[in-house]
Amino acid sequence: MAKHSKQTLEEQNRSYLSTIGRRFMRHKLGVISLYFLCTLLLLALLAPWITPYAPNKLVGKFSSPPSAQFLLGTDQVGRDVLTRLLYATRISLLVGFASTAIATAIGVVLGLVSGYFGGWVDMIIMRFTDMVMSFPYILLVLVAAAIFQPGLWNIILILGFVDWPGVARLVRGNVLSLRETAFVQADVVAGMPTRHTLFSEILPNTIAPILVYATSVVALSILDEAALSFLGMGVQPPTASLGNMLNGAQSITILTTKAWLWVPPGVLIILLVLSINFIGDALRDAVDPRNIRQ
Amino acid sequence: MMRYIIKRILIAIPVLIGITMLDYLIMSLAGSPLAMMQGPRVSQAAVEAKALQLGLTQPIYIQYFTWLGQLLHGNWGYSIKTYQPVWEMISQNLGPTLLLVGVSLILGFVIAVPAGVYSATHQYTKGDYAAVTLSFLGTSIPSFFLSLILVYVFTVVLGWLPSGGMTTLGTGGDFWDVVRHMLMPTAVLTASFAGSNIRYIRSSMLEILQQDYLRTAKAKGIGRFLTINKHAMRNALLPIITVISMQIPMLIGGAVVVEQVFSWPGLGLLTMTAIMNRDYPVIMGVSLLSGLIVLLGNLLADILYAVVDPTIQLK
Repeated sequence: MAKHSKQTLEEQNRSYLSTIGRRFMRHKLGVISLYFLCTLLLLALLAPWITPYAPNKLVGKFSSPPSAQFLLGTDQVGRDVLTRLLYATRISLLVGFASTAIATAIGVVLGLVSGYFGGWVDMIIMRFTDMVMSFPYILLVLVAAAIFQPGLWNIILILGFVDWPGVARLVRGNVLSLRETAFVQADVVAGMPTRHTLFSEILPNTIAPILVYATSVVALSILDEAALSFLGMGVQPPTASLGNMLNGAQSITILTTKAWLWVPPGVLIILLVLSINFIGDALRDAVDPRNIRQ
Repeated sequence: MMRYIIKRILIAIPVLIGITMLDYLIMSLAGSPLAMMQGPRVSQAAVEAKALQLGLTQPIYIQYFTWLGQLLHGNWGYSIKTYQPVWEMISQNLGPTLLLVGVSLILGFVIAVPAGVYSATHQYTKGDYAAVTLSFLGTSIPSFFLSLILVYVFTVVLGWLPSGGMTTLGTGGDFWDVVRHMLMPTAVLTASFAGSNIRYIRSSMLEILQQDYLRTAKAKGIGRFLTINKHAMRNALLPIITVISMQIPMLIGGAVVVEQVFSWPGLGLLTMTAIMNRDYPVIMGVSLLSGLIVLLGNLLADILYAVVDPTIQLK
């Protein structure tokens, strides 16, 4: 009997996932974006093997325009722009995913605790969330970046520690409604340990909205890293990042005469963020229970 | 109602104090503002005298209480860099920022409300896809990149618009001069505001369109126009209020990057300079102001909810 019911549960899970997969595939822009992102991810990961030059090595003349030898030209000190672009994409994706992972982890734990226990714990956590949220976002990031030496890992940590309040609120809201459902009440009555109720019963039921929200956090983190690096307070040269490659365009000569230095990284940021947002949108449509029956 | 407002203000005070404590703590970790002053031409004794004068030798919590005490007397402190009163600096820079961000926020809504409503009422049509795609584009373009493109097109290539500042140097700056300087930064900010608003309004409108009371309204035969504009719009006001209250913090900190690119003399530029110089009193002032505005915005949103939706009871 027990074995039988377990099997049907697995089947149900599989059919739920395949339903979501099928409905994701219906969102054309989402699917195109997914292919695009995977290609970019692959190119970025394989950068050391597919680029003919080293990212920080001077390989040509200063600021030479695109040619057969340097497909996107060279920068102000003679490094290959295309090579640096691929390495910069690596950095952007790393920042996006790593800081989102940190933010999601913090937000999930605080949201679960806050929603499930309520009372004073909830009050304190939510007031703290209000505090972090009432900072103008970019201000907080800038102050933090000024304090802790700007650099790749500090940027990841800063963005991670700033982005969690949204996740916490989302999870808390979900927990509040799940707490009253029969299957959670049954757990409580059966005397299951709280840890089990929280992580094995409640958390799996909030995964879908968390995932959707997390994609928007990835997009935001990539944009924020770019903005910070553009202002010179993010990833520091010589490490290439999509933001600091645009930094030079603040000078009018580069802006006017050397478009190959600032247009490609900018366009790449847009495409990257746009594709992540489309994937998030497709995911939102796919997991929305109101669409399941259709 | 009055009791509710008073209660909310009382709750907001500890949050505000918490914000300032957090600010002070973070900044004390940043290191001394005098580190920027040190150099071969500045003697160690001068630096120490300066530290004593600014009260930097005292423990951090004493410094905090001194700052808080002065604040309660209406003194926001003095800039370490320029020796100007902080409040004077903030009030000088507040106007340009409010003008720039305020106009952009309003324009963002003027574009987003009709676009979002159209998109929701014409779901899965070409117009809907166009609106959604544009809104995604608006939120996905980094503001500094859009700024660069605009400067390239309108200043470098066409030579129509000035690349930065608020008025032409040497002139007093009449109304049209300011407008010309504002066009590009406003366009950049509006694009990002409208982008996020369209999607929000669209999705909340879609939700409302599925409600039973709308089916009733349709069944009454009052026509599509009245159904949408009278019954649906009124209920869509709630989520719109939420978006407004979410974007109120933008009034202070939302334009840092854009102000930097266009050298717009606002709070963002002031803050950026203060951060670079570790000018604590100025950073504290801006943070406090933004905290105040955010809390006020939240309160305002809750009151507006009750005004718009009679079923919400404030307790």
